[in-house]
Amino acid sequence: MATKDIFNKSYAYDPVCGMRIKSLSKYFIKLNGKVFEFCSENCQHEFETDPSKFVNKNDIKSNSYKSTSYGLQKLQLPIIDMNCSSCAITIEKAVKKLPGIKSATINYVTETAYVDYGEGEVEVDDIVNAIKRAGYKTGRAVLKLSVNGMHCGSCVSKIEEELKKTQGVISASVDLGAETVLINYIPGQIEVYKIKNVIEKLGYKTSITSGVINNTFEHIEGKRNKKTDTADLHAEKNVEVDENQLVREKEYKTLMNKFIFAGILALPVMFFSYPTVWGLPDQFQLGSPLLRYIWIAMGLLSLPVMFWSGSQFYTGAFAAFKNRSANMHTLIATGITAAWLYSTIATYLPSLFPQAELADQFFDVVFVVVALVVLGMALEIRAKGKSSEAIKKLMRLQSKTARVLRNEEEVDIPIEEVVLDDIIIVRPGEKIPVDGIVIDGNSSIDESMITGESIPVEKHTGNEVIGSTINKTGAFKFKATKVGKDTALAQIIELVEQAQSSKAPIQKIVDQVSGYFVPAVIILAILAFAGWYVLGPAPQLAYALIVFVTILVIACPCALGLATPMSLMVGVGKGAENGILIRSGDALETTQKIDTIVLDKTGTITEGQPSLTDVITTNSFEEKELIFLSASVEKSSEHPLAEAIVNGASDRGISLTDPKEFKAIAGHGVEATVHDHKVLLGNKKMMDKFNIELGGLQEKSTNLADYGKTPMYVAINGKAAGIIAVADKIKSDSKEAIVQLKDLGLEVVMITGDNIRTANAIGKLVGIDRVLAEVLPEDKSFNVQKLQKEGKVVAMVGDGINDAPALAQANIGLAIGTGTDVAIEASDITLIKGSLKGVVLAIQLSKATMKNIKQNLFGAFFYNGVGIPIAAGLLFPFFGILLSPLIAGAAMAFSSVTVVTNANRLRKFKPKLK
Amino acid sequence: MTIDQILVIIGSISFASWVAWYFWFSEKKAIMIKSGQDGFQEAVIKVKGGYSPDILIFETGKPIKLNFIREETAACSEEVIFSDFNKKATLTPYKTIPVELKIDQPGEYGFQCSMGMLKGKLIVH
Repeated sequence: MATKDIFNKSYAYDPVCGMRIKSLSKYFIKLNGKVFEFCSENCQHEFETDPSKFVNKNDIKSNSYKSTSYGLQKLQLPIIDMNCSSCAITIEKAVKKLPGIKSATINYVTETAYVDYGEGEVEVDDIVNAIKRAGYKTGRAVLKLSVNGMHCGSCVSKIEEELKKTQGVISASVDLGAETVLINYIPGQIEVYKIKNVIEKLGYKTSITSGVINNTFEHIEGKRNKKTDTADLHAEKNVEVDENQLVREKEYKTLMNKFIFAGILALPVMFFSYPTVWGLPDQFQLGSPLLRYIWIAMGLLSLPVMFWSGSQFYTGAFAAFKNRSANMHTLIATGITAAWLYSTIATYLPSLFPQAELADQFFDVVFVVVALVVLGMALEIRAKGKSSEAIKKLMRLQSKTARVLRNEEEVDIPIEEVVLDDIIIVRPGEKIPVDGIVIDGNSSIDESMITGESIPVEKHTGNEVIGSTINKTGAFKFKATKVGKDTALAQIIELVEQAQSSKAPIQKIVDQVSGYFVPAVIILAILAFAGWYVLGPAPQLAYALIVFVTILVIACPCALGLATPMSLMVGVGKGAENGILIRSGDALETTQKIDTIVLDKTGTITEGQPSLTDVITTNSFEEKELIFLSASVEKSSEHPLAEAIVNGASDRGISLTDPKEFKAIAGHGVEATVHDHKVLLGNKKMMDKFNIELGGLQEKSTNLADYGKTPMYVAINGKAAGIIAVADKIKSDSKEAIVQLKDLGLEVVMITGDNIRTANAIGKLVGIDRVLAEVLPEDKSFNVQKLQKEGKVVAMVGDGINDAPALAQANIGLAIGTGTDVAIEASDITLIKGSLKGVVLAIQLSKATMKNIKQNLFGAFFYNGVGIPIAAGLLFPFFGILLSPLIAGAAMAFSSVTVVTNANRLRKFKPKLK
Repeated sequence: MTIDQILVIIGSISFASWVAWYFWFSEKKAIMIKSGQDGFQEAVIKVKGGYSPDILIFETGKPIKLNFIREETAACSEEVIFSDFNKKATLTPYKTIPVELKIDQPGEYGFQCSMGMLKGKLIVH
């Protein structure tokens, strides 16, 4: 790259910063017969101090991206979502169609495109777009930098051009107004600091404005500028979380100040408004000139209270009015305005009233109602902040950096730059940055934040690790398999957000009511006013006004509107904390209605993979010896059951040795020599072949087979030694969970492809009475349907792949997750942790949430249903009770806070697991 | 019955009728959104005490982009929820927050704030 030769007429590349520079540059060095050119004295100096650093680096880099001396560009581009080798051909064809492509090879295994193209004939962006048109994504990242010191339009093109020339940068666009530059680049080919370097070399200062952007870039139809917009949005998403928090804090403070202002002023107003109550001297009693002056002062003080403390009521009401709609603000604004108008007339123009006793004031209503409602709004903000804590906690889990092996060096890079297949190093106590598979080392990992399982999980080579979980003990390396928005965490966040924005069917009643609620309350208030004016006791006008104001103030549409969404938000969040992902409000509501639960056997009740379960010895052989010998033999076997035996030995702390003269006899078993013992392992045919006398073992073997186990005879030195049995073990907590499911009043059904005898035996073991056996995988959904025909509301628990049709058929499909696959399409609820206890928890949680929603709805309807008639004076003819607007204000202010607080009680939900 | 009582009754009934008419029966203005050059049906919705415009008409099958600008800090309007599509957006004040949708089924789809106090509607046909 840095080499200048005769073919390159005008350009060379600075080996230090990678910039393309005009040849011959002022700054150059001759080294080993080659000329290296630099953009500046600095680069030249850096090169001089250690040339090997840069020369070698070029050699390494030459595989990934280089421009040869005669204008041929070599590009290496990571590709995402290649599922088949034919994909590679599709992409190759698409790329080759472009002009200027010299060669294009797509490696399916490494998911990388290697493209050679003529410089100037085609742009990197065209290649990326061609791949996209073929239906695939390229692994690229977006970076947004803020750039200081740009003063003119020419700076824009200067920076853009320079960036576009930089290796690994696909496109760059500068926004002069916002002083930012948005860069599409290929991670792994260029690091962020190098991009910054390029801009800084041009004399501008840079800083990362928003760090995060989705890694794998979404394929979006349409024009280029659209893509940039989306990238922008993603860039801002994370920043917004904090920004919105700040706005909320500020709003809370403003409301509190408004409350304090109105509240302090309300005290003297209350004092002078009820002279008889406080027993004030005569000069403060109604009709005295001193009190009139005090009223005038109150009237003046009420203005800032209404128009500052209560300003949101007026702006809100006005905006809604323009849209021909009405809300809580409309009610409060109308209420306090009516009270204020009456009081102002009574204060300044008392002669307008026909009777002198009518000239009373209600300024206290204005002060107190504004103060209390504003306080209620402030408290609501605080309480709501707590309701959404679960999702905020999830968002905070994401780690910021990853230690990645690049060019055989460990480098700390921002999480956005991690690409698929990157090798990541994790030390004890560190957070695992993305999803992947362990390739070296082992450790125990705390996955509680994702799965809800508090016991750390042991991980060895080949095991899956989940991003944002915490490595406890050992250091290990893993290969990234999911990055950006494909990681389990990103998907969990998305699922939770989606569920929280969904609607529970129960909400429909509220929606119907709330459309009519506020205007209905206004109409009722007007009619009550007329009623009191015509039928009420004297002074009619004063009573009519009080009733009118009280009705408007006590009605609380917010409590109704908040009831369902708040509980749903907390309930869904609580689920996520416990490794239960509820897809929607609908799913949550249906879950508590189920009466029958169908459990798939394999992988749900059982582990889903074989393990060593029974060891029977005979002819005075020791169990340990038997396991040692047979597992040592199986060490060389490739049979799937062999692994179970080897693992069984290592679980029991038995170390194995290498067998000699290993021989597999197809359809029979294996034979080998271990520590001079001749070991035979296999079925009856195998034993018959070697004339081994089985004795009573045969019966025991049949017994084991009846329980769905696979027994294998072991013979040592020509003598029967025992039986070793392998089976798909029942999960340790399955039985307990099934008891709990029954305690919840559910009929538990097991569904399996096993024969009836085995299925019944397993059913008995775990306590399931109704067993559907010999069901072919494709008939599972039909069996679910049959149960539904019996009039049952059925939940189906199974894995997300084989059982997908049955999950979809059931009223509620619960998918047992496998590692990092959390977005299981067919399921209504995904259990990240593969335990049946999760099912119990999910049902309990849905019941608790629905109960909470019903409490809230009942509270809100009851409050309005009782409060409004009382405010209208329904109790007055019978008991002489008329509600004060002050009490109405207090009730209204705390009704919505109560709803949110009640929803927050769900945060304390604890599963009732015995 | 005195004259003032009759006047109050007449006044109250007419006022109540007007309230019913204004909020329930009067025709609300709907805005028709046409797709732009880039194929997007794009609209700007101001959020301040309500959504304006609050009723928007779109064509089916074409992508929709709603640019919300929240011109207040009142907590009510912080989130806009499209529950038919399980979508929500947090509206940072004084910033343009786009929400992209593509609706293939004709019909009416509501959107609202988190507690349902502010409401709007997308009519797709």
